[in-house]
Amino acid sequence: MSFLSEALWVLLLGSLLGLELIGKVPPTLHTPLMSGANAISGITMLAALTLIIKAGENFPLLVIGSVALGFALFNVIGGFLVTDRMLAMFSRKKTSHKGYR
Amino acid sequence: MTIQILKYAIDLIAVLLLALGIKGLSKVRSARDANRLAGIAMLLAVVGVLINFLGGAGISINAWIWIILGASLGGLLGMLTAQRVPMTAMPETVALFNGCGGMSSLLVAIGVALFPVATSSGELSNGLIEISSIVVSVFVGAITFSGSIVAMAKLQGWLSTPAWMQSKLRHAVNIAFAVLSLVGAIEFFQGGGSGLWLSVTGSALLGIGVTLPIGGADMPVVISLLNSYSGVAAAAAGFVVGSQLLIVAGAMVGAAGLILTQVMCKGMNRSLLSVLFGGALGASSSLAGTTENNEYTNITSCSVEECALTLEAAERVVVVPGYGLAVAQAQHTLREVARALEAGGIDVSYAIHPVAGRMPGHMNVLLAEADVPYEQLKEMDIVNPEFPATDVVLVLGANDVVNPQAKNDSSSPLYGMPVLDVQQARTVFVVKRGMNAGYSGIKNDLFELSNTSMVFGDAKKVLGDLLVELKELGVGKKG
Repeated sequence: MSFLSEALWVLLLGSLLGLELIGKVPPTLHTPLMSGANAISGITMLAALTLIIKAGENFPLLVIGSVALGFALFNVIGGFLVTDRMLAMFSRKKTSHKGYR
Repeated sequence: MTIQILKYAIDLIAVLLLALGIKGLSKVRSARDANRLAGIAMLLAVVGVLINFLGGAGISINAWIWIILGASLGGLLGMLTAQRVPMTAMPETVALFNGCGGMSSLLVAIGVALFPVATSSGELSNGLIEISSIVVSVFVGAITFSGSIVAMAKLQGWLSTPAWMQSKLRHAVNIAFAVLSLVGAIEFFQGGGSGLWLSVTGSALLGIGVTLPIGGADMPVVISLLNSYSGVAAAAAGFVVGSQLLIVAGAMVGAAGLILTQVMCKGMNRSLLSVLFGGALGASSSLAGTTENNEYTNITSCSVEECALTLEAAERVVVVPGYGLAVAQAQHTLREVARALEAGGIDVSYAIHPVAGRMPGHMNVLLAEADVPYEQLKEMDIVNPEFPATDVVLVLGANDVVNPQAKNDSSSPLYGMPVLDVQQARTVFVVKRGMNAGYSGIKNDLFELSNTSMVFGDAKKVLGDLLVELKELGVGKKG
């Protein structure tokens, strides 16, 4: 039972933290923020990883875990890279702008 | 024991970095570093899990093979997608990634339900907690997956809303799906294995049924909401496998996604409830009024040459870019035109509606891609009072966001949406391919006003011609 009570506290505090973190977001960043947060939600890859490691010789479970890991990593790697691509445009412009003014 | 402590330390640092990452993503200056920080945190979290098992029971060769197989395949596909996808297709890309995150949580829950070796206690017997977290994970995961895929397909134009989906009937159908999912969950609680599949099917259908009737203009809000769901799904998966790191990260994303959804709704003057249950924006009016209401009677069109002459004489020009500009890939040509005008001493700025493009902030990304200086992008509240003092407004591929109906006509489905008051400027040029209606399918009164002229043609071609005309007029030449 102790895991449950701890886990519920963690859930509550994590939610409150999430609510606090996004205070005022300029509209410019809505799209990158959404895609960055989306990448973080791929954290289920940890659960998939655990599943595979604990599966032992259980073939179907290995397959399920592996597919789950693939989906999660698609989300994580794709999400972070695409966010970086978007944000790179903002920063590149800032420096080049300084250059010709 | 030391391994345990090391793992806790790594987990704590990962959570801290994730929190700092989300925080930093909400400020322009720190956003890029914050994104990388979050990436590092994720890597750290994986290392933490691996260390924990390596120091404990160990990881078999077999497991390594499956880990590497899944990780490299998913990671590679993600990398390719992220590099290849055009910036205009960002909303559907986010939806696709998001759906896959949901799918992952769903698969984890199914895996644990079928083979309960991976639960925190190692078995399902005592498991009210395990079973309820599996049920939640299945429910949220399946909705996130099917909903996101439908959202992506709708944004890509692969799917359109069937007519019956816009009637009230859909609420009954969706309730039926929800009941199906609930019945499955109850059966699963009582030990019925088939209940799991019933619940998966019901939840997936519910995700489709809820997302399908939502109109294109509201889709970004739905994607943001689904993004929040995928956080919840991750947290539920954390309960399933007993990982507090998963619970914290999932809860943070879930809560942050909810806030972002709320911010977006405010920008569009829509309530979340009306987005989810109100059906497609303008669906009813476009069905009723396609023949009589949507015909334009009083259109003035003009040539690119006239447009160039007017621009040359102007002092203040405001450009209103919309999705049509992005589709035509004309951002770069637009930047060239703006450069020519600026060199001719004309003040150029860009009016960015909160939902310009197809997602809040999407247009900023697209213009940044074309090297438009950040300071020239003006938000709606700042630019609206400036329109009466503006000589020329150039509307490029935007439609609903400049429709005065939203202010004047209380019977219009757009009524109440904040719009750009471009009609207050001296002259308005609307560059448009034809007289087709916009995203919402609603007639735009702006086109019939006496100070509005239509310039028909593809945005990129019109801007290219405009550039040539301006050069011939000598605009932008020194001296």
